[in-house]
Amino acid sequence: MGGVIPGVDGYMYPNEMELQWGVLIVLYPFITGLVAGAFILASLERVFDVEAVKPTYRLALLTALAFLLVAPLPLQLHLGHPERSFEMYLTPHLTSAMAMFGFVYLWYLMVVLLLEIWLDFRKDIVLRASSTPGWRGLPYRLLTLGSRNISAGALALDDKVGRFVTLVGIPSAFLLHGYVGFIFGSVKANPWWSTPLMPIVFLFSAIVSGIALVLVLYMAVCVVRGVSIDMRCADTVARYLLYAFIIDFSLEMLDLLHRVYEADESFKSLDFMVHTRLYASHILVQIVAGTLLPLALLALVRVVSLSESARRGFYAAAGVLTLMGILAMRWNVVIGGQLFSKSFLGYTTYKMGFATREGLLAAVLLLLLPLGILWGLVKLLPPWTEETTESPAPAV
Amino acid sequence: MAGTDTPPPAAGPRTFRDAEHLFRVAALFLAVVVLFFVAQRLFVPKGFGTLGHYRPGALADNRDRPSAFGGRAACEQCHADAVEAKRKGKHAGPACEACHGPLAAHAADPSIKPGRPDARTLCLKCHAALVGRPAKFPQVKPAEHVPEGASCLDCHVAHDPAMGGSK
Amino acid sequence: MTATDRREFLSHTGKFLLLTGTAAAALEHVLAGSAEAAPGYAETAHWWGMIIDVEKCIGCGNCVRACKEENDVPREPYYFRTWVERYHVESGDLAHPQVDSPNGGYDGFPERYAALAAAGKTFFVPKLCNHCVDSPCEQVCPVGATFRSPDGVVMVDRKYCLGCRYCVQACPYGCRFIDPRTHVVDKCDLCYHRITKGLTTACCEACPTGARTLVDLKDPKDPVHEFLRTRTIQVLKPQMATNPKVFYAGLDGSVR
Repeated sequence: MGGVIPGVDGYMYPNEMELQWGVLIVLYPFITGLVAGAFILASLERVFDVEAVKPTYRLALLTALAFLLVAPLPLQLHLGHPERSFEMYLTPHLTSAMAMFGFVYLWYLMVVLLLEIWLDFRKDIVLRASSTPGWRGLPYRLLTLGSRNISAGALALDDKVGRFVTLVGIPSAFLLHGYVGFIFGSVKANPWWSTPLMPIVFLFSAIVSGIALVLVLYMAVCVVRGVSIDMRCADTVARYLLYAFIIDFSLEMLDLLHRVYEADESFKSLDFMVHTRLYASHILVQIVAGTLLPLALLALVRVVSLSESARRGFYAAAGVLTLMGILAMRWNVVIGGQLFSKSFLGYTTYKMGFATREGLLAAVLLLLLPLGILWGLVKLLPPWTEETTESPAPAV
Repeated sequence: MAGTDTPPPAAGPRTFRDAEHLFRVAALFLAVVVLFFVAQRLFVPKGFGTLGHYRPGALADNRDRPSAFGGRAACEQCHADAVEAKRKGKHAGPACEACHGPLAAHAADPSIKPGRPDARTLCLKCHAALVGRPAKFPQVKPAEHVPEGASCLDCHVAHDPAMGGSK
Repeated sequence: MTATDRREFLSHTGKFLLLTGTAAAALEHVLAGSAEAAPGYAETAHWWGMIIDVEKCIGCGNCVRACKEENDVPREPYYFRTWVERYHVESGDLAHPQVDSPNGGYDGFPERYAALAAAGKTFFVPKLCNHCVDSPCEQVCPVGATFRSPDGVVMVDRKYCLGCRYCVQACPYGCRFIDPRTHVVDKCDLCYHRITKGLTTACCEACPTGARTLVDLKDPKDPVHEFLRTRTIQVLKPQMATNPKVFYAGLDGSVR
């Protein structure tokens, strides 16, 4: 239909002109990526005893939970029949990567995240259950599951089990986000998506985004609370961010190099797309501003001696730019994969609505919602020790 | 603070007491799993999986739809003469409904009379000269061969369109 | 209880449990019955496909119109169970054909290459779902809403489809779309409601030149066997290894 349909250039198969997956499907890997990344950072302390990042431990867990609770929402808004989504639990098609979603999500939510948070916060929950009067204490009393045992023996057991849960949680986090990469990477019909590197690239960019999120949130929360930022912690988190980013960037460069070198039948079409329709989001936002710049900032901190306030500024900037860059990467994968025709003869445009079910407004609200939930979680289970009340001996 | 201060809990009641809350959590998870299996038994559609990973009823759902086109055989039952005339000529190939449009409703209830398409518009859909049509396929330049206002039926008989064809 | 009594008891109980267990597992299938069979139609006796003779296609668009009429496909553009493409290849430049499909060929094709006729070759290619034996769309459906019937037709369970659109992404041929009215996926189902009653598909019924023909690969008398034996046969995107059952004769190397 070359050139006659607005937004379409060249030839596209008639059914291809309208994009199937929009901004909400961009959000989903972004959100699960943040969950996986935040959890991996938290596990650094628990399993690998990186004691320096301890101040972020509980915050990272609650952040992961807040985002995980929101993760299914963009999918539900996208489905033609969200009321049928439970079918994925009833008759999961085992050859479909997407069918894993329900089970991996539930597993991760229940057996990893909720269990770990409960085990770590149990002492505070029990203390608050007795010290908070009336209906405000009800959530705590429910969360105790009827047991008020916070003896040394019980807490030691909690710690051991918690360690084990974290250990199991790391591959579970890999699975939670890795399978999303496989959903794209296994589609042989789409050469922009189809590569064995996809789950790995997704996973590492998830780790990068999760660490960046916790870094930014930790500093922001300290500022809001009026307490000083533990620089040893921030420096360590930033260091891990740099390492993860170097790996992530190398993987993406490998993919690019491979494509350019092999130049298969799809290359010319994809290359043209990246230089025209995807130029702003791919080259400018994802690569330059979202990867090279934060990498430079983080690397600079390691080679040049900077003051604490300068480092804080660098970390904040790098963190925000990183988050933007990883979101752009999801956009470029999901949207980019649908802008070119499978005939390799044409291109279309993504028409994003604003106040529609799958529009920009919904996307923005879905990104803000986890922050709201996090605020609620922090009020319910404060991650900081000076806010837990010391109470008289609770009944065992 | 309540609870003992003694090092590693010894085996027996003390260990169980300290682990009791974990059993509560385990019981909760077990309840969810049981609920899941119960829901599966209740809600999976009948027969799902017997032929393949799908609901066998879908075959019937896809089968039991009304048709718009009746098919050649249906036309032949009443219009044998037209079919015979067509059989001898150049239009033996195309089915009746290729030109006359979907007529299953008419075949089921002959009192439903189909509309008659404008001949010139209809014929030119196939026979207007168009680059890409096989060279041997009969094509005409509309402006020269059958200008506006004229009709193909002025000279041709639709069912047997070669010049001098029978009705 | 003596040793032999005990042994006998265990043996009987064991057999009993084994048989009832198996029976219980099979009962579900027994109760479900065989495929809710159509009267007089045995699925396993058929293996449907289509043959397309590109040299016969005149780009009239009858098939596109007939399909939309027969299957109630939305008339607004961009939703097609079948469509026709026009290719213009100049100087043997297979890598850069000019392709168009105005409204899928629904209103035929406006003349475009009158001046360029001599410079290259122009031809029409009808396209539809290829009813692949190893279809990637079926592979990726998370719930089993798209499937291949026992007689080889890949179709959709509209009551079960979630509208996740994964299958649309997985199809290399672009033959699927989401019906904007029902929000579930739709695509060519070889007019299953017709072929199970001895009729042919709407597109084949309407095709005036016999460019498209429904075929039953399990029928020894079907013309498909002669066709496949005597013509040079291609399928679309063979490198995808989807094992399509729509066979083209005369398909140029420039066709995407």
